[in-house]
Amino acid sequence: MSARIAGFGATALAALALLALVPRLGNAYYLALAISLLQYTVLATAWGMFSGPTRYVSLATTAFFGVGAYTVAVLGEILPWPLVLLTAAALGAIVAGIVGLSTLRLSGVYFVIFTFGLTELIRQLVVWFEVNKSRVLGRYVFVDITQADIYWQLLALTAAVFLLGWLIARSRLGFALRVIGEDETVAKHCGINTTFAKVALFTISATVMTLVGAIMAPRWTYIEPSIAFNSMISFQVLIMALLGGAHRLWGPVLGAVPLTLLFELLSARFPNTFTIILGCIFLLIVYMLPRGVAGLFEKLSTTAGGKARQRANA
Amino acid sequence: MSQGSETPVLTISGLRRAFGGLVAVNDLDFTVAKGEIMGLLGPNGSGKTTALNLISGVLRPDAGIIRLMGQNIAGLASYRIARLGLARTFQLVRVLDGMDCRENIKAGLAFQRPHLPASGAELRIDTLLDRVGLAGHDRRPAADLTYIDRKRLELARALAAKPRLLLLDEWLAGLNPSELAIGIDLIRSLRADGITIVLVEHVMSAVRALCDRCIVMSSGRKIAEGATVDVLSDAAVVKAYLGGVAADA
Repeated sequence: MSARIAGFGATALAALALLALVPRLGNAYYLALAISLLQYTVLATAWGMFSGPTRYVSLATTAFFGVGAYTVAVLGEILPWPLVLLTAAALGAIVAGIVGLSTLRLSGVYFVIFTFGLTELIRQLVVWFEVNKSRVLGRYVFVDITQADIYWQLLALTAAVFLLGWLIARSRLGFALRVIGEDETVAKHCGINTTFAKVALFTISATVMTLVGAIMAPRWTYIEPSIAFNSMISFQVLIMALLGGAHRLWGPVLGAVPLTLLFELLSARFPNTFTIILGCIFLLIVYMLPRGVAGLFEKLSTTAGGKARQRANA
Repeated sequence: MSQGSETPVLTISGLRRAFGGLVAVNDLDFTVAKGEIMGLLGPNGSGKTTALNLISGVLRPDAGIIRLMGQNIAGLASYRIARLGLARTFQLVRVLDGMDCRENIKAGLAFQRPHLPASGAELRIDTLLDRVGLAGHDRRPAADLTYIDRKRLELARALAAKPRLLLLDEWLAGLNPSELAIGIDLIRSLRADGITIVLVEHVMSAVRALCDRCIVMSSGRKIAEGATVDVLSDAAVVKAYLGGVAADA
């Protein structure tokens, strides 16, 4: 077992080292595409870390992403970059903690609607503050961060998220969340402090999303609430995670990568009919892969295993 | 009624809970001594399951005291009550379908305080699988189990916490005669381990075979209490519960 982990760790490190060379290719288009891929990989994986085991569908991704981006817009030129990131992470964690404590008692569709409303609420708060207090409705982001820097930061965050997710899945907290996802009433009667477990993981997941927003912010030179709090992100991340399979740590990446590439291709080739084609593709995904790509892989490997056993018995 | 000088495992006094105008549990009092099997009987809708939900913290009582080993637990969150040594099963069997049998039982013991070391936990899971008759099924998904095996698994999960008090909500319902005999033997063997049990049950042969004492509820109130034989022949109970016909199910 530990040999397997070591082998896997070595492969992961090698992959990481290879991926770190992408900016050296010197192709701006590929770098931009790689940044998009990493951005959605981290967001979808972070989404799956909470929503996968608990089965609470959250549409708050944009809210946290936006908080991160706005932190950079406000503090980017005032504080040194590491401190900006730290502040963004702290703000994301605080917002997530408050939201978690007040909403994770909700279940099912109520939670979905609340998280969607939360994004709008935070956006309106930011607009109100900017109009009435700071008297600006857009901010320029002038920080000394290159596209390659953004890429490397996202790559580091990707590695951190997978490591964190792997550690959590092996921990008592991870097991508690799986029990909660199966049956919350049973979880409580097993002695699980369900509120604590849910808020803890929601906060971890939201902090990662906030960091993505902060890291991505220098990509835009101009930020206003409708850019930072673009609710399309919440939906895209949700669809990616579900396509990949949110019940596995490595599931969401299987959805994030093909869908990011697909969005890229479709929006370039069919700029006018893009959304119609997208809608049809989503319908197909839901019908054909109800348990995501990860579920498909699991099914294939069990049928292959079953056939092998049949051959051995024959 | 063997109370002795020991603190009763469960003491309930003045327990009340209403849903709007309906008083589901009305001024309920009873105690359960250590090692006792107490039957909680009554027609459907008489408040038995509400009483279990109040004791296990699913519902908050409007009034009254619930003492587990002397400590008042009325209004505490379910997970705190579970950690104080109360375990239960559900009227409609609840197992974790997406997990295998081993993980189902692990859920019952992983969150108790103090935590068991991993090797001790694995050993305990094996013992419990064996105990409820699921030995060899440990890697089988709970979703694949038959009805009685799901009941067995749910019981094993409840036992995993080494509870001081076990609440069984119609655990024997829906079993065929031979399964019923196995089930009765299993519950009886728990008493030998010193587990105190409150049993909500409609299967009268099981009540007679297992319960030392019984309480009968009707419309939220306690209408009879005493040794099982006496209670089941009580005229008021027969009228309320068996509809005026002395039946022996």
